[in-house]
Amino acid sequence: MTVVEVRGLTKKYGKKPAISNLSFDVNEGEIFGFIGPDGAGKTTLFRILTTLLLPNEGNAKVLGKDVVKDYKYLRQRLGYMPGRFSLYMDLTVEENLKFFASIFNTTIEENYDLIKDIYSQIEPFRERRAGDLSGGMKQKLALSCALIHKPQLLVLDEPTTGVDAVSRKEFWEMLKRLKEQGITIIVSTPYMDEAILCDRIALIQNGSILKIDTPNGIVSGFRKNLFSIKANNKYDTIKFLESYEFADSVYPFGDSIHYLDIRENLNSNDLLFDLQSKGIADCKVAVIEAGIEDVFMSLMKENRDEQ
Amino acid sequence: MNNNKKVIEVSDLTRKFGKFTAVDSISFDVKEGEIFGFLGANGAGKTTAIKMLIGLLSPTSGKATVAGYDVYNQSEQIKKSIGYMSQKFSLYEDLTIAENISFYAGIYGLTDEQINDKTDLLLKKLDLENSRNELIKSLPLGWKQKLAFSVAIIHDPSIAFLDEPTGGVDPITRRQFWNLIYEAAENKRTIFVTTHYMDEAEYCDRVSIMVDGRIEALDSPANLKSKYDSATMNDVFIQLARKNQVKE
Repeated sequence: MTVVEVRGLTKKYGKKPAISNLSFDVNEGEIFGFIGPDGAGKTTLFRILTTLLLPNEGNAKVLGKDVVKDYKYLRQRLGYMPGRFSLYMDLTVEENLKFFASIFNTTIEENYDLIKDIYSQIEPFRERRAGDLSGGMKQKLALSCALIHKPQLLVLDEPTTGVDAVSRKEFWEMLKRLKEQGITIIVSTPYMDEAILCDRIALIQNGSILKIDTPNGIVSGFRKNLFSIKANNKYDTIKFLESYEFADSVYPFGDSIHYLDIRENLNSNDLLFDLQSKGIADCKVAVIEAGIEDVFMSLMKENRDEQ
Repeated sequence: MNNNKKVIEVSDLTRKFGKFTAVDSISFDVKEGEIFGFLGANGAGKTTAIKMLIGLLSPTSGKATVAGYDVYNQSEQIKKSIGYMSQKFSLYEDLTIAENISFYAGIYGLTDEQINDKTDLLLKKLDLENSRNELIKSLPLGWKQKLAFSVAIIHDPSIAFLDEPTGGVDPITRRQFWNLIYEAAENKRTIFVTTHYMDEAEYCDRVSIMVDGRIEALDSPANLKSKYDSATMNDVFIQLARKNQVKE
C-alpha cells in the first residue's frame, strides 16, 4: 500500500521555489529518508505532508487522503516531530507527554506499549522540566510525544541534528523497532551515514530530488572510478590535486582523500606514478567502492555545473 | 607543524555548578599551528570547558593559560588573542556582508584603513566581491559559515575556537570549510574545534574525547583508532562515550 503519494508538488516563498515539482511515493512500513543540507526544502515538504502548509501547485495524498481537503482526518493519524522540538520547556517530562496525549483525546496508559521502549529511558526524570534535559533526552521525549496517539505515519524533521554519535545510533535503533510495529516513517537528516539505515532514500538539493533509490541501488549505480589517496601531508596533496589538470573532484574524507579523475579507465598504478612524478612522493592510491556521501557529492556537483 | 610551542596549557581545570561537576580536573596542551579536535557527547562538558578557555566563565579550580594569558585574571587579553565562532554564527542578519566585516573589525580595534583593506581582501578570497552589499539573511548557510569564520579571525588571532562550525551544511560545503581550516593552520594559526561529524575528527592532528566532565582519551586519530582497535573515529567515540552513558 502506498502511504504517501506526491505529484508535481511545488511551494514558493515569494518568487523563489522552496520545493519544485516533487513526485514520489512512500510505501507502507518503510523508513524513507530525505537526505540533504539545510535549505534543500525538506522542512517545507514535511510541513505540507503534515497539513501545516499549503502547496502552490501539485498535490499530495497521505493515507489515501488529500493533505489540503482532509487535514482534519490526517492530523488525527500523523505524528510529526519538527526540527526544533515542540516541547514545552516549562512543563515536566510527564506533563508534556500528558498534554500531547490529551490533545489527541487519549491517555499515556492507552498507548504505553508503543512508547514504553523509548519513554522508559526518560521516565526516571519524569518530574524534571523539559528545559533541563540533555539533547538526547529531549529527543526521546519529543519522539514519545509524537507517538502518543499511535500515528500511522511518523514524520521526523532532522531528529538527530546536533545530537552526538552515540545518541544518534540509539535513536535509529528506536526507529527500527517502531518500523517493526508497522509504523511508516519519513525522516530527514544531513548525516550521510544515517542514509544506509533507511529502506529507501531521496537525495534532495535546492528543492529538487536528485535521485530516489535504496541505499544499495544508489551506491551500485555509481559508475565512476573512485580513488582513495592516503598521503603524509594531506593539505599539500589536496592543493596539488585541486590544480591537477585531470581532476574531476577532490575531497578530504576521514583519514584519506577521495578523488575522481576525468580520464576513463585510469588505474591506480598509473595515478600513483603520475603523482610521484609530480613530486607527491609519499602516498598510497587505491580504487575503492563509493559510499552514499561520494555519490551525493558527485550528483550535487553535476547539478551545480548544469545550472 | 614541527614546533612544540604550547599556546594552550590546561592542568586540573575544574568547574562545578552547585553539587554538579561539569568539568572534572582536565589537563591537556595544544601546540602552535595544531588542529585540535575537542569531542564529547552532548552534556559531556565541552561548552563549559570552552567558556573557561575563552574567558567567559571562571574556573572553580585548576590552571589554564591561553596564548600565554591566565584565564583567571587576564581574560581581556585572551579575548583579544583569540577568534571565536559559535554554532549559531554571530553575524547580523540585517546588515550587509561589508557592514558585518567592518563591524567586527571595528570591535577588534582595527583602523579604518585596515578595515578597508581587510574587507577587500576577504571579499576577494571568499569570492563575494559582487555580493558585498547583500544582507546576510539572503546568503546560503555555507557562505555564512565561511564568512563567520573569516570574521572570527579578522584580527589575526593566534588561536581560533570553532564550536560546531559545520552543522547542517551539505557535504561539499563542509569540506570547503575544512580547507579554510587547513589553510589557517598552515599559517600557524591554532585551531580548537568541536564537531559531531566523526569523519571530521580524522582531519584533526590530535583529538580529545570528553566523557562526563573528564578527558577519557587524547591522541592522534591514527593512534586512537589503533588503541581502541577501531576502523573509524566513530567507533572509537561510541566505545568511549557509551561506557558511562547508561546512568544519566
